[in-house]
Amino acid sequence: MMENSFLLDKLQGNFPAKINEIQDAHNLLTIVVDAEDVVDVLRFLKSNNELQFIHLTDITAVHYPHLEKEFAVVYHIHSLVHNIRIRVKVFLHGPNPEIPTATVVWKGANWMERETFDFFGVNFIGHPDLRRILNVDDMEVFPMRKEYPLEDPNRVDKKDLYFGR
Amino acid sequence: MSEFISKITSNQPVFEDNDPQDELITLNIGPTHPATHGVFQNVVQIDGERIVSGVSTIGYIHRAFEKIAEHRPFYQITPLTDRLNYCSSPINNMGWHMTVEKLLKIEIPKRVQYMRVIVMELARIADHIICNGILGVDTGAFSGFLYVMQEREFIYEIFEEICGARLTTNIGRIGGFERDFNAIAFEKIREFLKRYPPVLKEFEELFTRNRIFIERTSGVAAVTAEDALDYSWSGPILRATGVDYDVRVQNPYCSYEEFDFDVPVGTTGDVYDRFMVRNAEMWQSLRIIEQALDKIEKEPKGVFHAEVPDFYLPPKEQVYTNMEALIYHFKIVMGEVDTPKAEVYHAVEGANGELGFYLIHDGGRSPYRLHFRRPSFVNYQMFAPMSAGMLISDAIINMSSLNVIAGELDA
Repeated sequence: MMENSFLLDKLQGNFPAKINEIQDAHNLLTIVVDAEDVVDVLRFLKSNNELQFIHLTDITAVHYPHLEKEFAVVYHIHSLVHNIRIRVKVFLHGPNPEIPTATVVWKGANWMERETFDFFGVNFIGHPDLRRILNVDDMEVFPMRKEYPLEDPNRVDKKDLYFGR
Repeated sequence: MSEFISKITSNQPVFEDNDPQDELITLNIGPTHPATHGVFQNVVQIDGERIVSGVSTIGYIHRAFEKIAEHRPFYQITPLTDRLNYCSSPINNMGWHMTVEKLLKIEIPKRVQYMRVIVMELARIADHIICNGILGVDTGAFSGFLYVMQEREFIYEIFEEICGARLTTNIGRIGGFERDFNAIAFEKIREFLKRYPPVLKEFEELFTRNRIFIERTSGVAAVTAEDALDYSWSGPILRATGVDYDVRVQNPYCSYEEFDFDVPVGTTGDVYDRFMVRNAEMWQSLRIIEQALDKIEKEPKGVFHAEVPDFYLPPKEQVYTNMEALIYHFKIVMGEVDTPKAEVYHAVEGANGELGFYLIHDGGRSPYRLHFRRPSFVNYQMFAPMSAGMLISDAIINMSSLNVIAGELDA
């Protein structure tokens, strides 16, 4: 069983001063990297013989309107060989965030990135087919951004704040 | 003519790219085609019976669960998870409860964990019954489907006994179950363990050595382990390619590490192997349920939830008579309980693969962000690329064996 500390040493050895912030909550190592380094880091994680993070579990994004860098793209990657997971985060400036695509590392990133684009408007540069996937093609907003309301704000029959609406 | 036939049978395009004879037909499969088993569309270019290329369109039943979840307290999100993979709702429910329990660091009593294991494994069997039964229907064998569907009905009766609902179960609560399994529920689970093995055996005998079924499925849509991993597959279809990745073994939850079961794997990753893996998993699920029943016997009786009054609703009769219970009831329903700020990723082995919940919580009433890692969504993206060169009828059974559930696809 590989330890998080070993994994972190390995990453910091290969990418000195590029791993910005490190958390270890719930025993899942979380690192923050810059957008220009992310493909290198992902490729290193996948192809390094000692790490072998071969399974891309998930790509998604989070919107933090109060931060200077509004958008976080989050990768969950799993090393099936050593049974260890890692979370890689990239913070991006809004309102038109851009990040290189991970489809060059895993083909499975294709739809995950399309979904992230669809809901957050993150532009994955180099993606082969960056279209909306779940929403209609002529939608003009990115609905998972925090400024987009869940329900029509003009409705007067659902103003009950206490029920989380 | 012989050249034409050899090209047709060896997946070669019959015509060169600029050949004037090259007349491709565009065909819509879906969105409401009976063969798609759900609302999603594939526009394929066909050359005779063979698919040249395809484009998948999904999102027809997108219900914005992730957005809704940002506006609902935790316990109101459970019914949303029901509607992801609606063939095995209890697994989704349990996965969500466990995610919240991980966030809140709640210790769950052993007996409750074993009860959860029983419910989840029953749901897995129900889901595999659907997938394998319908795979039989798609290959032209209707009778096997009818035999096993009767047993799925019995599983739903067990769910009904436990929680009152059948399909979208909303089963369990954060911290445990809403009530103990009653005597009839235990009796029915035991009866199921007795009556299902002969049915499953008969089902297997109908298919596994059936010449027509083997000819129809063996070698169809074979996927290598490298491709499957590249496309982030998980679950039975990944195991059919020979990769022994099962979340229950790799990252055990609910005390799965205490159970003795095998992870069946295939070799070629074709439709036949996926069928066999799912069948073998049903036998393993039966083994697990049997062990869980034995383990429950040894645990103190009547424990069906953790002692977490901050998150587990008090009994209803106390709410009317006891001040403290009323306060807790009020606090829980209104979401006024303090919760930690944290980020949690929790994965369970759903019937189709790794079902993950990525929860970011900022201490408010509802999640700051909740993302579902839906196995059907991830698994299905390989369908269009892998269909190129396939016969339409093969593509249909390939889709059937991927077990794409529209609810889980779209969220």
